Amino acid sequence: MKQAVHIGGPASAGPDLQELLGQVARGDQAAFAQVYDMVCGPVLGLVRSVLRDPAQSEEVAQEVLLEVWRSAPRFQASRGSGMTWVLTLAHRRAVDRVRSAQASSDREHRAALLDRTPAFDEVTEQVESRLEREQVRRCVRTLTELQRQSVTLAYYQGLAYREVAELLSVPLGTVKTRLRDGLIRLRDCLGVNA
Amino acid sequence: MSSTAELHTLTGAYALHALAPDERAEFERHLEVCPACAQEVRELAATTTRLGLAVAVTPPPALKEQVLRRIATERQEPPKVSRESRGAGGGAARGRALSRFALAACLAAAAGFGGVAVWQHQEAQDARARASDSQQRSEALAAVLAAPDAKIRTGELSDGATGTVVVSQARDKAAFIASGLPKPPGGKVYQLWFNDDGTMRDAGLLDPSASSDSVLMAGSVGEASGMGITLEPAGGSPQPTSDPLALMNFPT
Ligand SMILES: [Zn+2]
Repeated sequence: MKQAVHIGGPASAGPDLQELLGQVARGDQAAFAQVYDMVCGPVLGLVRSVLRDPAQSEEVAQEVLLEVWRSAPRFQASRGSGMTWVLTLAHRRAVDRVRSAQASSDREHRAALLDRTPAFDEVTEQVESRLEREQVRRCVRTLTELQRQSVTLAYYQGLAYREVAELLSVPLGTVKTRLRDGLIRLRDCLGVNA
Repeated sequence: MSSTAELHTLTGAYALHALAPDERAEFERHLEVCPACAQEVRELAATTTRLGLAVAVTPPPALKEQVLRRIATERQEPPKVSRESRGAGGGAARGRALSRFALAACLAAAAGFGGVAVWQHQEAQDARARASDSQQRSEALAAVLAAPDAKIRTGELSDGATGTVVVSQARDKAAFIASGLPKPPGGKVYQLWFNDDGTMRDAGLLDPSASSDSVLMAGSVGEASGMGITLEPAGGSPQPTSDPLALMNFPT
């Protein structure tokens, strides 16, 4: 039996993530199980894209899900969607892990990072998820090369902007602005409103 | 210290967690006084969410069981705004949360107590067969616990011990988790039963020497409306020989 990857959004029936997080905040473990079903696929996918190592990724994904449970009482819907809250926690944790792990050894294979592509090609049977992937891929293609590299290195590999600048041999200020205007272009292409 | 104009350009790096810790702290102070940046950060964070969704994977089924088990023993933080939890409604809300806790604590129950265990047949089998058997059983167990239709019920067994049963009608399987169950007296074992309308059907033994804390009940749920647990002579019995320590109806 294949377990579905749910990505939330209007297509999913039943109570939405926001509502469920409200129930989780009151200690409802059954609601948490539903939250798990909605967020675990994206959380694990994102963490894995940053950390690469499957065992470590699972460990960090677990930490993220525990944090969702613990801090659900602090989730504020007025500040963003439930999925954004969860994936922000996930990205933050993955980034913290990758930076602490690599602080000493420094990233050995920096050049290899450039060749890594985000795991858009991971196998998934879910139609919802494939459509999301297609749309993101299409919008990423509308970015300039420098925008694309900056955004994907920062997001999918978890690099700090200083590392991005070093890796791409461009000034710090340039990376800051490419991260911003790259995301703005993606926002408009994807039709995000928040 | 950065100039304000420079700070405005950090929304993207901030949303991507790409700032150094000191710059991050400085930008967060700026966010409190700059609604334009705060709004832009919200939008860009929502945009990164789409990037995250695009790399979703199918998680391994066992992960769900692990996470659900861990949250049941994990305290939640108090909400930032505490007024809702005070006053008249507070008590009721707390009561509901606790009973939900008791019910769903299921997946967790045994974690802290090291109670129960994977059932092994008494018949001698060679070690290899047993290993692959127990592997198959733990996969089946994970499948029951993670089944979308899984229903849960927790009940008292005896002084302080609780038993939790998880039933998946779709898989026609049930799992049992005990916590705080004392070691059986010498020469005795705990045996599980399906309750087929008053007739007890063997559902395997709890093996106190095994390390797992949840057990897949042997056999299919079928028409059973509940389960029971008894103390039996070592090796188990074809029929219960003692009064049940507990009988539980399956959740519906
Ligand atoms: Zn600003």
